[in-house]
Amino acid sequence: MSILIDEHTRVIVQGITGRDGSFHAARMLDYGTNVVAGVTPGKGGLEISGVPVCNSVKEAVKQTSADCSIVFVPARFAADAVREAIAGGVRLIICITEGIPALDSLGLYYESRRHSVRLIGPNCPGVISPGKSKVGILPHSIHLPGTVGVVSRSGTLTYEIVQGLSLAGLGQSTCVGIGGDPVVGTGFVEILELFENDPGTSAVVMVGEIGGGEEEKAAEFIALKMTKKVVAYICGRTAPPEKTMGHAGAIISGGTGTVEAKTRALQNAGVTVVQRPDEVAQALTALQ
Amino acid sequence: MKLLEYQGRELFKRYGITVPRATTVNGADEAALAVDSLGGVGVIKAQVLAGSRGKAGGVRIVRGADEARAAARALFGMTIGDYSVEKLLVEELLDIEQESYLSLMLDRSIPGIGCVASASGGEEIERIAARTPSPVRKIALARGDGPDWDLCSSMLDETLGPAIAPKALPMAKGLHQLLFENDCLLAEINPLVRTRDGSVVAADAKVVVDDNGLWRHEKIRTLRNREEFSPDEMEARAAGLSFVAIKGTIGCVVNGAGLAMATMDTIKLFGGHPANFLDVGGSSNPDKILVALRILLRNMHIRVILINIFGGITRCDDIANGILMARRQLSITIPMVIRLVGTNDEAGRALLTNEGLKNSTDMIAAVREAVTLDKTAERRP
Repeated sequence: MSILIDEHTRVIVQGITGRDGSFHAARMLDYGTNVVAGVTPGKGGLEISGVPVCNSVKEAVKQTSADCSIVFVPARFAADAVREAIAGGVRLIICITEGIPALDSLGLYYESRRHSVRLIGPNCPGVISPGKSKVGILPHSIHLPGTVGVVSRSGTLTYEIVQGLSLAGLGQSTCVGIGGDPVVGTGFVEILELFENDPGTSAVVMVGEIGGGEEEKAAEFIALKMTKKVVAYICGRTAPPEKTMGHAGAIISGGTGTVEAKTRALQNAGVTVVQRPDEVAQALTALQ
Repeated sequence: MKLLEYQGRELFKRYGITVPRATTVNGADEAALAVDSLGGVGVIKAQVLAGSRGKAGGVRIVRGADEARAAARALFGMTIGDYSVEKLLVEELLDIEQESYLSLMLDRSIPGIGCVASASGGEEIERIAARTPSPVRKIALARGDGPDWDLCSSMLDETLGPAIAPKALPMAKGLHQLLFENDCLLAEINPLVRTRDGSVVAADAKVVVDDNGLWRHEKIRTLRNREEFSPDEMEARAAGLSFVAIKGTIGCVVNGAGLAMATMDTIKLFGGHPANFLDVGGSSNPDKILVALRILLRNMHIRVILINIFGGITRCDDIANGILMARRQLSITIPMVIRLVGTNDEAGRALLTNEGLKNSTDMIAAVREAVTLDKTAERRP
């Protein structure tokens, strides 16, 4: 089993005629993802890597019964693209685009919920259920099918940790990048809940970073609701305060959002918090 | 992007928020004239982004043109938080009865728009909030729907009292409109002053604009203050790199923000001192590596450079070409520890090996090696 996506997921790619969209559509097809259509307004009728291009999400959903959309549209147009997908009838939207204004993301957060559509991202590497489907930009060669759930605010740091897991023989049920922006469609808590309820997931790895209080909220949820073991790694211990560290959401502001505070909250909730990325696999092995 | 007080004030005025009479000046004689026009008494405030400006002596009350000129000269010679003062705001002297606080911000924990008020103001809100009992109140003003002005009104009544609240509510409404029309993350009035004649004015303005929204605000875009970023940070931004310098001796070049932070943390864990955060970003233009290394090599405290790449979108052969190009164009006399894995890593490592550059695939081993080299390296001349 897995969460969010599996071998039955039917995916449309918004922005498939762009540089990133066309490249990653091909990589997803390589992996076996059911990429059933692309969407670029005005380019309907084209074909990219054998995938038909439609003018709108509505048209693509009608023609292909797609249930998921991945958005590669440039930042200036991405919020509109996500809105189109919400109205277009998919159940899951994964927004890769970085640089969407935070107040737009706030609007998308509530609009997606009003329509009961799950939004992952923006500014995220996407989702992979190894061996079944990939809807994102994660390098799939490092993944191994298995039972560890991974949820992260980061991209390459997740790859680093996942590679460590795979090398240690710890395969993954699903890996979810929730995104590095201050406001994202889906937070740690909701993904942890999905993992808790997924019979195919035996333990969870959570990769957090400085800024905000999402890790603390996750700690509360873990203490109250989770039976599965969680191992966490939080980065940004050496980050100076009031400076944005690459991700728009990674900032220690007014003394809140530090690694120390997050670590304390998670440890109090019974989570094993490790100090280095390579210790995640060791800690998981020790727990099992 | 952070605005200076005089820039924030102009925005406030557009949204009907009362501010004191004031003039922005660039010279001491101008300051004297401005104080004259205010009736011979005024407050001269250094325009800097650094907090605790008052404590650093950046705010002076002056009487008469001579005092104004002298104070302005002194302020123009000052350095506050590493930056020399270049602009002053000459403001009317308010007859202060009470200093309170009001702000609206994007609050990620709601997520939504938060409104914070306090009957005490005039110093950093975190300090005020730390008092017991805390005089600071915060509400979730808006979630998915429109703002709840009834809730806001009763919160302001309770917090600020009947003398201020009725005048603070329209200010809060102005700040709300300001946030949404200008893609702002924070708009803060601290202090919100009540004068003895009963008027309520915004006696300072702090505004933070979302960098991701700047493309649709042509005028605000031009307000960027050089104080916000060092020359190195500006050069990095222009090249599409995220760069933050800290005190340390190991320079870092990494792809991805999370991995960049994890690299710094691991260096520290092994007893070393990272000199910077540097994320080369998703694409792998070799020029970016060149700019990154040029910036790091200018820092004479850096004794070792650690390059840590996990290729996803980034291609390791592009990174290797960037390193080789930098080696041809720059004089690199300090050791480089290079770790390359991910997309096209074999090609990338071969390129480096052929040119005699050692490289590896294990992050932890690479960090250890950088820390060891740093401890044995000589101080750069």
